[in-house]
Amino acid sequence: MAAHASTYEPKTRFGKWMDDRLPVGRVMHSQFVDFPTPRNLNYLWTFGGILTFFLMAQIVTGIVLAMHYQPNAEMAFDSVERIRRDVNYGWLMRSLHAVGASMFFLAAYIHIFRGLYYGSYKAPREILWIIGVLIFVVMMATAFMGYSLPWGQMSFWAVTVITNLFSSLNSIVEGLGTGIVEWLWGGYSVTGVTLNRFYSLHYLLPFVIAALVGLHIWALHVVGQNSPTGLDVKTRADSVPMHPYATSKDAFAMFVFLILFAWFVFYLPDYLGHADNYTPADPLVTPPHIVPEWYFLPYYAILRAIPSKLFGVIAMFASIGVLLFVPWLDTSSVRSAKYRPLYKWFFWLFVFTCLALGYLGSKPAEGTYVMWARVFTVYYFAHFLIVLPLLGLIETPKKLPASISEAVLTKDKPAVHAAAAKKA
Amino acid sequence: MASHVEDPDRRDFLTLAAGAFVAVGGAATLWPFIDQMNPDSGAQALASIEVDIAPVKEGQAITVLWRGKPVFIRHRTAQEVESANAVDPAKLPDDSARNEALPNTAPASDANRTKEGHEKWIVMVGICTHLGCIPKGQGLGDKRGDFGGWFCPCHGSHYDTAGRIRKGPAPRNLEVPVYEFVSDTKIKIG
Repeated sequence: MAAHASTYEPKTRFGKWMDDRLPVGRVMHSQFVDFPTPRNLNYLWTFGGILTFFLMAQIVTGIVLAMHYQPNAEMAFDSVERIRRDVNYGWLMRSLHAVGASMFFLAAYIHIFRGLYYGSYKAPREILWIIGVLIFVVMMATAFMGYSLPWGQMSFWAVTVITNLFSSLNSIVEGLGTGIVEWLWGGYSVTGVTLNRFYSLHYLLPFVIAALVGLHIWALHVVGQNSPTGLDVKTRADSVPMHPYATSKDAFAMFVFLILFAWFVFYLPDYLGHADNYTPADPLVTPPHIVPEWYFLPYYAILRAIPSKLFGVIAMFASIGVLLFVPWLDTSSVRSAKYRPLYKWFFWLFVFTCLALGYLGSKPAEGTYVMWARVFTVYYFAHFLIVLPLLGLIETPKKLPASISEAVLTKDKPAVHAAAAKKA
Repeated sequence: MASHVEDPDRRDFLTLAAGAFVAVGGAATLWPFIDQMNPDSGAQALASIEVDIAPVKEGQAITVLWRGKPVFIRHRTAQEVESANAVDPAKLPDDSARNEALPNTAPASDANRTKEGHEKWIVMVGICTHLGCIPKGQGLGDKRGDFGGWFCPCHGSHYDTAGRIRKGPAPRNLEVPVYEFVSDTKIKIG
């Protein structure tokens, strides 16, 4: 849909002068004003814009925090407290950044599940989907390193546990895992040296994300948006210009989402964190119950569900890696779950599985919790490796409408007919 | 090759040679950027510490810091030594002694994890071999797991009274560092 004719008309003399030299205005106009957007997009399609906003907000508040933060094992904890207590509006910046990370993940998860429900990963959107998975991976790395910076007990032990994941490679090549872990640490244990390098990378990675987001949007504008019917825009009647239709819908959804954000920032700034992280890092004492931030809990549950260290680590990484292959694992030719009577049920079972794993990840690794974590881990993988390939072969999809405009304009027809039949 | 036609092998050789040169040069340039993250000589310098164990009564344990890592020193009771000797090392999840002073093939018997004449003392790096948490069991009121030794609360690994993994996700026994008894009441670690 990128190939539509440009209707851009520069209005000022400077605009015309610029358009002949570097047509930024023309590109912006055709991609973000005039861009044909499916006319049936629902509110789940507003999360791309929300995510873009949160990336920018995290970068801005992060730059401010970096002006006051000390990436030094002796001073880091105190400098974060100083930001919260002394720095002018430091309490606000810190809350915006910490809560912002959680909201960023919440929006990303809704965005990903949206893609899974409406089949947004299917041809020709495979590259778009894969870039999205890469963004998600870099986002997790960034969040993990950012969480180390306050240098509290949870920060310290999260770094210890997660970096130690690589030591599982020792069971493949003796010494390889230890070598990698010591390379990551810059020593024989997690120290201020580790903190310093994580700080450097935490500052770098958001810009890598920004670049990937650029590619993600580029790929999106080449193939066009998917829609709730799973149909592509075929004629002018199927679409509306992005501005003001999609932009105003995006703006409204964003304000609603920002209310939730603000509620946490102003009323519950620490609700999503852990009290243990307000104890300074102590390399001699592990907190009795280490838990990651909520957005990592499902993966943590998978890691702990498997009794072998190496296979636990492999399963945890595979749980994200498997997403890369979803475009080829799903064999159905129909995109939207709206027209897939069986897939719809499995989709919600998968959502439930993810929530259940999240709950189990927050519980101690013992007894029935481990048993249930194993059950749900099995389904998590079965969903991708068994259900998606098989369902496409055995499911009979509902009849697809001929086009987006037909689906929208005849939406109420059956009801009208039924009412008419009753009258007669 | 006396020919007026340009020899195609010559061109291939130049391409390959140039390519190899770029690859070697690239790797040589990349290495400093990778190696800068490794532990430097200062961190590598093997500091050794001496610990006075006279105040540690039977049944008690202390934790000391060595190379940034906690080292567990426990004065075991006769029962604890006995239960450590009661198992067949070949049947353990990890049958290696994991004693830096011994080869990796040494069996995980209690004798191989302690010093002769000082069997009541066990000295180990107190880092769970799963994901690096500090197991519980040093304090008197601590949970010591199903085998009376140490218990890692992070992911549920149980160690016995000789610090050998018995149950849970940890793949290895707790590591025994290089140490020696300077006298009956003093040990030198490192």
